[in-house]
Amino acid sequence: MILVFIEVREGKVKKSSLEALSEGKRRAAEMNAEVNAVLVGHNLESLAPDIFRYGASKVFVLENSLLSRYSPSGFVEVLFSLAGEINPEIILFSATAMGRDLAPRLAAKLGVSMASDCTQTACKDGKLEVVRPIFAGKAFATFILKSSPQIASLRPNVFPLIDPVDKQAEVIRKDAVITEDQIKAQVVEIIREEGAELDVTEADIVVSGGRGMKGPENFDMLRNLSSILPHSAVGASRSAVDAGWIDHQHQVGQTGKTVSPNLYLAFGISGAIQHLAGMASSKYIVAVNKDPEAPVFKVSDCGIVGDLFQVIPHLQEELKKALSE
Amino acid sequence: MNIFVFVKRVPDTESKIRISPETNSVIEEGLNFVLSPYDEYAVEEALRIREAKEGKVTVLSVGSEEVLVILKKCLAMGADEAVLLKDDTPETYDGLRTAKIIAYALKEKFPEYNLLLFGKQSMGADNAQIPAMVAEFLGVPQVNVVTKLEIEGNNGTAHREIEGAIEKVSFPLPAVISAQKGLNEPRYETLKGIMMAKRKQIPVLSLEDLGLNTEDLVSQLELTRMESPPTREAGKIIEDEPKEAAKKLVEFLHKEAKVI
Repeated sequence: MILVFIEVREGKVKKSSLEALSEGKRRAAEMNAEVNAVLVGHNLESLAPDIFRYGASKVFVLENSLLSRYSPSGFVEVLFSLAGEINPEIILFSATAMGRDLAPRLAAKLGVSMASDCTQTACKDGKLEVVRPIFAGKAFATFILKSSPQIASLRPNVFPLIDPVDKQAEVIRKDAVITEDQIKAQVVEIIREEGAELDVTEADIVVSGGRGMKGPENFDMLRNLSSILPHSAVGASRSAVDAGWIDHQHQVGQTGKTVSPNLYLAFGISGAIQHLAGMASSKYIVAVNKDPEAPVFKVSDCGIVGDLFQVIPHLQEELKKALSE
Repeated sequence: MNIFVFVKRVPDTESKIRISPETNSVIEEGLNFVLSPYDEYAVEEALRIREAKEGKVTVLSVGSEEVLVILKKCLAMGADEAVLLKDDTPETYDGLRTAKIIAYALKEKFPEYNLLLFGKQSMGADNAQIPAMVAEFLGVPQVNVVTKLEIEGNNGTAHREIEGAIEKVSFPLPAVISAQKGLNEPRYETLKGIMMAKRKQIPVLSLEDLGLNTEDLVSQLELTRMESPPTREAGKIIEDEPKEAAKKLVEFLHKEAKVI
């Protein structure tokens, strides 16, 4: 049995968890196993039908009011109990901030190794084989997981969703047993950056700026562009972040985030090796730079050699037209 | 305040990574090794907490003797002590192995810790596993990917980066914290610091010294292949006037790539 942890943020199931569930479903089909899902928190039962649609045979809902706010040790405690009860062969997480926090703690509690932030999975003689980027994507390593259970976290935005099915499944609600002292660290508040609903790692389109943006005020041009593009987020190169023009949360590259959107738009980014590593797995890369020799053009599907301050206003107009068609 | 910081030696971020397909490993020749950047934030934070609240900063690393250079750097930055947990095993990319060694060393040799600081991930293995695993082995709270840290008595508050937001987390000490860029601006070593670091001894503890059974450290991850990423082909370049260029680009995105 494959068990997939489903993350809930602000009352909603994370899309990337459904991606992990979809991948679990594909592997389960090959292994002749079933794929089940697990939710942890408080008052979550109503979310179960969303999860059936992505192939879960059973949805375990671990309920406790102490778990209404995220706590790594609290969540691990109840996941560990469930794993002991239902013995999954494979446990999958999405490699979100929560997944990357939770999965290794659970792995340690179960005494097993795990593979983080995988971009491919396969079955190999009944075991899970994964590919994961190392050195922020400068190399790729393939591993076979030989532990029991096998635990992996899957990179968001990489695994396709299965076509939703119209299916009922079994909801198994459990009162999770946990005491206050097992909670240890707990979230007391979520502070949201204004206007940044979508993280660069989750966006379908990343509108990114580098040193060529010349100053923090010009990032508004990128925010405007992003505001007309569906499911997009603003990214930045290290030099723009180190200059203090935009918060580090937006940084793409080896000391920032690795992204794989459908479209990566690079404005005034020359393409240092540590930046390219973080975005080279994007489906399409487009660059605007005034230097025709900029390394970013070597990885771009389409590039404009020109002044981005002149190009962006026209681009905004043309994109609006194309989007309204 | 008894603070421990855990650091790793990694190739710098400007490095081009070459793979040896015969041995499934990174070719180290020609690489410039540095203190992993996220670890540098962890060391800096430890020093700042010590400066504000007194105490002691001990830096530990798991690895071969080549790591000593990195430990010297941490001493030159201002750490009080450094210890090498000597492990000559080549990189396994298995976080559990290193986490076991660290947790074991703490339990056996350094049981009086208040704060355990790590980089949020090493630059290279990119696992981001060890801090959470060590926290679990020791039964202490963890806050990972931290951009702000405040310690008050036996409790702490940290800002942890999540998708598009910050989680404010409260926790009791002792605790595991992993540092994210933005936590602080690491200092440079001073000449005085470098001179002092030179005089300091770095004790070396082997796995046997720790009483660790190497059978317990066998990796459950089998590395079967390592390769360079597929190379991307350079596409078309538009060199028209801005208006025309923008039009052509959107046409490409809309009609050819079909991403808009």
